Amino acid sequence: MADGLFEAMRRSVEEGDVAAAEATARTAVDEGLDPLEAIESGYVPGLSCVGEGFASGELYLPDMVLAAKAMKAAMSVLEPEMKRRGATRSVVGKVVLGTVKGDIHEIGKNLVGTMLSASGFEVHDLGVDVPLDRFADVAGEVGADIVGVSALLTTTMTNQRAVIDTLTSRGLRPTVKVIVGGAPVTQAWADEIGADGYSEDAVGAVTLARRLVGA
Amino acid sequence: MTTDVTMRPRLELLQPDAVDRVVGEALQLLVEPGVKVASQDAADLLAGAGAQLAGSTVRIPERVVRDALATVPRTFDDREGHAAVRYGAGAVHFDPGSCGVKVLDPETLDRRPSTADDLVRIVKVAEMLPAYAAQSPAVICSDVPAEIGDLYRLFLVLLHSNKPVVTGSFQASGTKAMIGLLAVDAGGPEALASRPRAVFDVCPSPPLSWTEFGASNLIDLARARVPAEIVSMPLAGGAAPVTLVGSIVQHAAECLSGIAIHQLAEPGAPIVWGGAPAILDMRTGSTPMGAVETAMLNAGCAQVGRSLGLPTHGYLGGSDAKIVDAQSGLETGIAAVIGVLAGIDLVSGAGMLDLLLCQSAEKLVIDAEVIGMAQRLGRGVEASGSTLALSTFAELVGGDFLGLDETRRLFRREQFLPSPVIDRQSDEAWRQAGGLDTFARARQRAAQLVDDYRVPTIDPAVRSDLVERVRGLAEDVGLATLPGT
Repeated sequence: MADGLFEAMRRSVEEGDVAAAEATARTAVDEGLDPLEAIESGYVPGLSCVGEGFASGELYLPDMVLAAKAMKAAMSVLEPEMKRRGATRSVVGKVVLGTVKGDIHEIGKNLVGTMLSASGFEVHDLGVDVPLDRFADVAGEVGADIVGVSALLTTTMTNQRAVIDTLTSRGLRPTVKVIVGGAPVTQAWADEIGADGYSEDAVGAVTLARRLVGA
Repeated sequence: MTTDVTMRPRLELLQPDAVDRVVGEALQLLVEPGVKVASQDAADLLAGAGAQLAGSTVRIPERVVRDALATVPRTFDDREGHAAVRYGAGAVHFDPGSCGVKVLDPETLDRRPSTADDLVRIVKVAEMLPAYAAQSPAVICSDVPAEIGDLYRLFLVLLHSNKPVVTGSFQASGTKAMIGLLAVDAGGPEALASRPRAVFDVCPSPPLSWTEFGASNLIDLARARVPAEIVSMPLAGGAAPVTLVGSIVQHAAECLSGIAIHQLAEPGAPIVWGGAPAILDMRTGSTPMGAVETAMLNAGCAQVGRSLGLPTHGYLGGSDAKIVDAQSGLETGIAAVIGVLAGIDLVSGAGMLDLLLCQSAEKLVIDAEVIGMAQRLGRGVEASGSTLALSTFAELVGGDFLGLDETRRLFRREQFLPSPVIDRQSDEAWRQAGGLDTFARARQRAAQLVDDYRVPTIDPAVRSDLVERVRGLAEDVGLATLPGT
C-alpha cells in the first residue's frame, strides 16, 4: 500500500504536479504514515531524479522549478504533522543563502536552496540584493555551517569577496564554510577570493555542501 | 527610375487582427494588474491625467494612453545635416551594442575588462564603417570611476565621432550632465532640442514596473526634449510569459505606460518604441541574444510599435558565443536578416559576444558585412527600366554582359560589394594571401580601419568646453587624468 503511495509521491514531484503532491501528502497524514518516511521514500527520490535529469541535460529549468514547488507543497502539508509527532528531520547542516547586494537574480540561488533543503539541509534563504553584513548576521544567529553567496553579474561578483571579508572580520570563518555560484563565477574566482567551494549547478552544490560538512 | 517589381520583402509575424489583440490586452494589463511606478513625480503625472493610484500601483485607463499616443512624433531625425538616423522613415539602421564590460582581445582571445582606450578603438572602427549609422557607448570604462562612468563614455564618443549616438545613463545626475555635454556639442539647449544627436535608452523593469530612476529619467529627457528610447526587456519564461506573443503583449504594456509618463511630462517630446526582449534559456537561466526566438520577439514587438505609427528599436546582432566563431557568425547573420525584414528603425547589438557582456571591434567588422547583406536583401528585387531584360538583350553584343554600360551603371546597386573580410577568392589565391580565416581577416581590417581613422573636426571651443566640464566632474571623483582623450 505505502509503496504505491511512495510511487505517487515520487511521480508528483517528477511531474511538478503541485496538486498531486499535496494530495499524496494529505493521504499520508490521513493514513497515519510517518511523515519522515513519506519525505525520504516518497518525495526526495522524485526530486533527486529531477536533479539528476537536469544535470544530465534531459530536463530543463521549468522541470526543476515545478518539481521544487511540488516538494514545497508536500512539505507544507507534512510539517504540521511532524510538529505534532515531535519528529524532526535530522539536519545535515545549516546553510545561509542569498544573492549579493546589487544583484536581483534568484533562479540559480533558489534552485540551490531547494536542492539543499531536499537533501536534508536547513536553509535560511535571505533573498536577493542582500546587504553584505546580513550574511554574517544571520550566519552568526543560526550557527550556520555554510554561507552560500550567489552573483549573476560580473559587476556584483566582487561583493562575494566582500561577504567573505565580513565573515572573516566577525571571526566566523573558522566555523563557516563559504560556497559561491552564479554565471560569471569560476573555480579560479572562488580560489582567488578564498571561498571553500564553487559548483556549476544545483546538483553539484549539494555534493559540495555535503562534502564541506563531512556528511 | 527604379521601380519595385516584387514586393519588398517583409517579415510580419503577427496578423493585423493579432496586433490589435496585443494592443488590446496590453491596455488591459495597464488597468489590471496595473503598473508599479516607484517615482512619485511620474505617479502624480499619471494620476493627474486620470489614472488610479493604489500604493505604488498605478492603473492607467486607455484614454490616458491614447492621448499620449496622439502627441508622440511619428518621425524624427538624429542630427540633421550629418550622418543621420531617420526614425520612423522605413529604413533600418544599425549601431554597436552598448555597455559591454569586457572586450575580446584580438591577439590573445582573452576577454578582459574594458577600458577607455578600448572604447575609443571600438568607436574608431564603427566610425569608419558605413554599416553603422550611429555610435553607442559600446563598453564600460573600468579605468573610470563608476560615478561618472555613463557621462564619460558619451564624452569619449563625442570627441571621436561625428555620428549620432544611442546612449544611456546610470543615474539621474548622469542624465543631467550628459544632456549638458550634448547641448555644448549641439551649440546650446535649443539647438540640441531641434537636432538631437543622441537618444537615451530608458529601461522599465519586467514585469510591468518602473523604478524611481527609470521613470524620472523619462520625465527629465522629455522636458529637455532629448529623445528617449524605451528599452523594455521581457524575458520570455523568466520575467514575462513563456509564449512569444505573451511577451510581446507585456512589452507593449511597458512601452505604452512609459509613453504615457513621457508625453504627460512634455507632450510632443520624441520617444522610440524600443526594447531588448529575449527568451530565458531553460538550461542555464541566461538571456540568449542569439536565439532565433529573441529575434522573433524583436520583430513582433517592432511590428506592434509600427502599427501604432511609432519609431521602433530592437536589440539584435549580439551573439552568445565567447569568441568570434561559427556560432557568432550564424547567430548574428540570422538576427540581422530578421531585423532588416522586420523593418526595425534602429537595431542595436552589433559587435557583442557572451550574452552582451563582451564587445569586439573585430566582430563589428564582420557584422558590418552581415548588415550589408541583410540590407541588400531588404531592398528586394528591383527593375530599372521599362523592360526587365529585353532592353539588355537589345544592347548585347555576343555574350559580353560584363562589357555593357548597364552592368557598370547598376552593379553597385544590384550587388552588395563585400570587403575582403568575406572570402570569395580561388583556393590558390586564398592560400597565397596567408590562408587566413574570417577572424584573422577581420583583425587585419580592424587594424587598417584604426590606422585610416581621422579624428573628426570639432570646433576647438566646443572641444575645450567638453573637456573642461568632464575634467571638473572627474576631479570631483578623484580622477586626475582623462583616459582615452
